[in-house]
Amino acid sequence: MLYALILVVSALLWATSLSSAVAQEPSNALSDKTAKAEPVSEIKLGYLRAYAPQLALSVLDVPPRDEGVAGAKVAVGDNNTTGTFLGQKFTLDVSEVRPDADVVPAFNDMVSKGALYILADLSATQLLSIADLARDKGVLILNVGATDDRLREEECSANTFHTAPTRTMLADGLAQYLIWKQWRRWVLIYGSHEPDKLFADALRRAATRFGGEIVAEKEFTDTGTARRTDTGVVQIQRQMPVFTQGFPDHDVMLVADESEVFGTYVPFRTWMPRPVAGTAGLIPSAWHPASEQWGGTQIQNRFAKANGRRMLSKDMAAWTAARIIGEAATRTQSADPEELADFIRADDFSIAAFKGQKLTFRKWNWQLRQPIFLGDGRSVVSTSPQEGFLHQFSELDTLGIDQPETRCVLK
Amino acid sequence: MFRRLTFLSAGFVVAAGICSPAFAYMVYVSNEKDNTVSVVDSTTKEVVRTIDVGQRPRGITISHDGKFIYLCASDDDTIEIIDTATYEIVGSLPSGPDPELFVLSPDGKTLYVANEDDNLVTVIDLESRHVRAEVPVGVEPEGMGISPDGKSMVNTSETTNMAHFIDTETNEITHNVLVDARPRFAEFKPDNSEVWVSAEIGGTVSVIDNASREIKHKITFEIPGLRSESIQPVGVRITADGTKAYVALGPANRVAVVNAKTYEVEKYVLVGQRVWQLAFTPDQKSIISTNGVSNDITFIDVATDEPIQSVTVGALPWGVVVSPN
Repeated sequence: MLYALILVVSALLWATSLSSAVAQEPSNALSDKTAKAEPVSEIKLGYLRAYAPQLALSVLDVPPRDEGVAGAKVAVGDNNTTGTFLGQKFTLDVSEVRPDADVVPAFNDMVSKGALYILADLSATQLLSIADLARDKGVLILNVGATDDRLREEECSANTFHTAPTRTMLADGLAQYLIWKQWRRWVLIYGSHEPDKLFADALRRAATRFGGEIVAEKEFTDTGTARRTDTGVVQIQRQMPVFTQGFPDHDVMLVADESEVFGTYVPFRTWMPRPVAGTAGLIPSAWHPASEQWGGTQIQNRFAKANGRRMLSKDMAAWTAARIIGEAATRTQSADPEELADFIRADDFSIAAFKGQKLTFRKWNWQLRQPIFLGDGRSVVSTSPQEGFLHQFSELDTLGIDQPETRCVLK
Repeated sequence: MFRRLTFLSAGFVVAAGICSPAFAYMVYVSNEKDNTVSVVDSTTKEVVRTIDVGQRPRGITISHDGKFIYLCASDDDTIEIIDTATYEIVGSLPSGPDPELFVLSPDGKTLYVANEDDNLVTVIDLESRHVRAEVPVGVEPEGMGISPDGKSMVNTSETTNMAHFIDTETNEITHNVLVDARPRFAEFKPDNSEVWVSAEIGGTVSVIDNASREIKHKITFEIPGLRSESIQPVGVRITADGTKAYVALGPANRVAVVNAKTYEVEKYVLVGQRVWQLAFTPDQKSIISTNGVSNDITFIDVATDEPIQSVTVGALPWGVVVSPN
């Protein structure tokens, strides 16, 4: 029914749109008359990162030591290639703190060394601790790691741009696909840690939004079970069917386990033979290491050559963030932070990031609009927004919290 | 086999009977995903041959005498030379890594190659098969156009978003012109006056004045019922008389017909899915589009701008070139 309605709307749009070819005068076309580079101006980027070795249920999912940083480095390299034609040089200063540490000293240190564009790969709490400082110092923060919606909503900040997608964007991207498949009845199992509960909230919201039905829910409490030990696996194989027993019939089992406590163990061990999606099975993400579409092969090759591994979502978020600064510097032919910031905030700013269309910012909270990849461990299954999910402004705004719902007041 | 032959020849007789005696050109299509080149007869519009080639074939062009096809086998880091008499691979050129697209100089002696992974344009002397020069350009070089007078060539870099003008005498960059996001193709007007550069993600075609090397106009596209994001200009071809241009619009599944004097878009021709490259037949009566996702090519009649016929080729057709004779 919903789908039928969408088709009608689409037909109406088709019928009422006007056919016209627009002849547009060149707008702020920049052309460099000479190939000779001007005196070099330096643009300093910082990468501020909360890091501690992380456990994962599968050894394949242990985050690489340079996750995120590697993407920023490739982008800085790309910016520097372009910079050779314009007399611009980009640098990247990387600083790490513990995930629970006070990040303010590291931030101040970075800024005092001249980095005015900080790629933040921090927890929401850490990021909030520097947001006001950044605004006062005229520093732009580009959030490449935190998916927390609150950073774009009630705790949004005028100086913080987000290239990482939110949990609601990820959940909506997944939900659209399940609805498109007509797999509407879901069971939700979620972990007992805060991030798991936030992603479960995002999935519940997506169900309401797109017409999915969560027929049952259950929390998987972290009791500190062993991870990759023999006994752990044996126990899990016996535990999981029992844990998933007794649910009403459903099409898909949704898993919310960002904390890597049980999610990876769900596929193929459920009581009923059902596909799994969420943080395990079919996973929504900002990027997929096997994406070759839309010129993806090129960035994948470039990244693999530089880093000896495949490109992950955080690498892409960081690449995009550093490219945004590069793009602003190229187009304005300037290294002036205010000019760059104005350019990024302008209505017509966009960035290309191998996702099949230009990416733009939501001006009400500085979240980067982007398609969401849906993949299993091997390949891209689909990308959302799915066909038929329409929007009056941008189909990418069918993903995540939209302007009419936002609680963000930029300041 | 015999039946098929009979059918084919019957078809040929019928076609020959109805049409004015049009000369049959051979259309060569590189198929990126199955490592082949399809050979299509322009009169019968049948695939007459499929040539096995190197990995990830993309850019394709042909020598002016029609004897050799040059093909970028991107994942093999080489350019293959195919003899059009035998369809055998008879040699290769030292292309540098990941060749994607190239352009042949008007005198037929030099090949300019975009090396996507290494941010280089490689200049190859065809007679000696040696690299004459390497020109550092922006990130992800792709589009390659050369002025009909042979004096300058333009490379576009997809992530740097520039059209780099290279002096073919010195093999050095003389001008860098910023264009919109992901510039894919550069095409000179036959009178050397302008270069048209398409921007796939930007959704525009920049018309650059070849004398001042400044953008004098930007062409945009609007198609009823389609989001602007799905209109992604790639291949551009301008008729020999300089009056009309064709622009392949990628996932918009259409080829735009543009008045090359007023820059007005006059028509959108629906072809196949994800249209990327274009080539005229030498008599300029047809233009052929490669439709990557629907695995076919479409012949468009240049006089009426109507699609005439689509022909299924290999997997993910990328580039197309037509024999000159």
